[in-house]
Amino acid sequence: MRVVLGEDLYLLREGLARLLIAHGCEVVAAVGDGPGLLEAMIEHRPDVAVVDVRMPPTFTDEGLRAALAARARVPGLPVLVLSQYVEQLYARELLADGAGGIGYLLKDRVFDAAQFVDAVRRVAAGGTAMDPEVIAKLLAHGGAKEPLGTLTPRELEVLGLMAEGRSNAAIAAKLVVTERAVAKHTSNIFAKLDLPPSDDDNRRVLAVLAYLNR
Amino acid sequence: MGELKERLLLAPLRGWALIGFGMWNAILWSLVVTAGSLVSSMGVGLLLLPATLAMLRSTANTARRLAREWGGVEIEEPYRPIPPELAAEPGLGGMLRRLLARVSDTQTWRDFAWAILDSVVGVTIASFAAGLVLYGVYGFVIGILWPTLTNAGMNDWYTFVHVSKSGALTNLRWAAFPVGAAFLVGGAYAGPALIRLHARWTSVLLGPTATAREAALNRRVARLTETRADAVDTQAAELRRIERDLHDGAQARLVAMGMNLGAAEALIDQHPEAAKALMAEARESSAKALTELRELVRGIHPPVLSDRGLGDAVRALALDSPLHVDVTADLPGRLEPAVESAAYFAVSELLTNAAKHAHATRVRIDLWHRDGRLRVTCTDDGRGGATVGSTGSGLAGIERRIGTFDGVMAVRSPVGGPTEVTLEIPCASSSAKTSTS
Repeated sequence: MRVVLGEDLYLLREGLARLLIAHGCEVVAAVGDGPGLLEAMIEHRPDVAVVDVRMPPTFTDEGLRAALAARARVPGLPVLVLSQYVEQLYARELLADGAGGIGYLLKDRVFDAAQFVDAVRRVAAGGTAMDPEVIAKLLAHGGAKEPLGTLTPRELEVLGLMAEGRSNAAIAAKLVVTERAVAKHTSNIFAKLDLPPSDDDNRRVLAVLAYLNR
Repeated sequence: MGELKERLLLAPLRGWALIGFGMWNAILWSLVVTAGSLVSSMGVGLLLLPATLAMLRSTANTARRLAREWGGVEIEEPYRPIPPELAAEPGLGGMLRRLLARVSDTQTWRDFAWAILDSVVGVTIASFAAGLVLYGVYGFVIGILWPTLTNAGMNDWYTFVHVSKSGALTNLRWAAFPVGAAFLVGGAYAGPALIRLHARWTSVLLGPTATAREAALNRRVARLTETRADAVDTQAAELRRIERDLHDGAQARLVAMGMNLGAAEALIDQHPEAAKALMAEARESSAKALTELRELVRGIHPPVLSDRGLGDAVRALALDSPLHVDVTADLPGRLEPAVESAAYFAVSELLTNAAKHAHATRVRIDLWHRDGRLRVTCTDDGRGGATVGSTGSGLAGIERRIGTFDGVMAVRSPVGGPTEVTLEIPCASSSAKTSTS
């Protein structure tokens, strides 16, 4: 798997590169600023880009903007955004094009190397990986807001796990139910959110988007 | 070209407008006198006087604005402020006391004197601004249409030119042109200056007297002293909170982490399993420390505020709120960082209020920046009844915080709702609009 890394702190950049290489990835470029990152993403067309939000020159949301710009030029380019904090606002912006291949995780998640690499792989494959903290914030006030008000608590739970990027099998394992039960929940969710039939991956992304857009 | 237009067209038009203004003043002061005399004779004036005085004040304020916009003369509003408890006092008693406060303000009497004099002095000055250019044009009209006018029996004087068929010297017809031109040039030259003169005349009685200015300065000093003390207190409390949070949170976790790692180091050869468990615990501690630091940072200065500015930061707040929040933001570029921060935490507090006290379900937040002021309105559909003093509402805290920036807050919250809170903070905005996609 070919990866472009965007992270301005040298220690973290090296650490991430080492971790990814150890798990069989090839780091084709590792850059430390926004414009350089955009260039590298366009030039190398990696299987996935792992990107820090805050980078030089302005130390605001360079990484995020570079990721959005790159996806505008190369639709669906998989991007996993890492940050010291997560904002629903940014999650929405990342998912807004509905093309999938989006991850948005707290930097802490890197501590668990296996889970982190798993998330990188899911994103590279066109799935989503939303940080549990984004999901938790949404669940905190449940489905009070439209259109999620029509979902049952169980369906909301399934949708949340879907947003984190888990497969039906993984959701079934987590909730201790059969995979068939999960499949039933997901098709209910798609129906209630009025998502047109299309391939399952895309519908999952759209469902997550509806979730975040409330 | 633009200047010529101003001299020939704009200044005379403004002159005409100011003549009209002076005439309105003549009506106005008569109304005030009528209302005033009715107070002694019939008492009906007690009801009419406040209305006429309000009219007088708003007229005076319009004159101040015109003096600034047309004549370039800045005139401060020198009125004594009405204390808020008096402004809020209900019923007839409150009305009378407010009337008394207004009548005992010297400036009210100066306004009155101005209204009387302006209908003479102001109108005279304005007439020159309005008439000179027109009179010049009139000269040309006479010169050109001389035969027609005189044949029609006109017998009149244009300055020293006798316009009539039997005029002693008919060739004086041509004199009308240079005289008209002289008025035209003179009028064009003097027009803007006359408008400025009118503005200065306005400032004579409507501007603050030396004592009023001194009183205003004293009030300003008292206010600054008060808000500065508030700012220092708030800051100190904030620092104490941060110190405590760091001490009990991240710092303690780091200590535990160090201890765990030390123990793991000692155990790693003999008891690798136990060492592993300790290291996992250390990792856990570091994750918790990060979470706590994140919360702390959010409370000091939310990252999205530094990244994107007030508009997007408030949108992020809206997303995190359990309520349905609509946000509109019309902000040019970035605002002063301190004001951004104050406004952000104020909105955060207002949203908490809407959910906790007002039991609202929908909230609307509008942010906009105009004339060097940031305005924020927050309207909810809750049960209302909020007052600045009521316990736990946090409104007093907001008022104190924005007071440091000379910001003001207005709360309208009838029992039964809805609640509308408006904040207004003077602040500059920086250059370019940052793209927020």
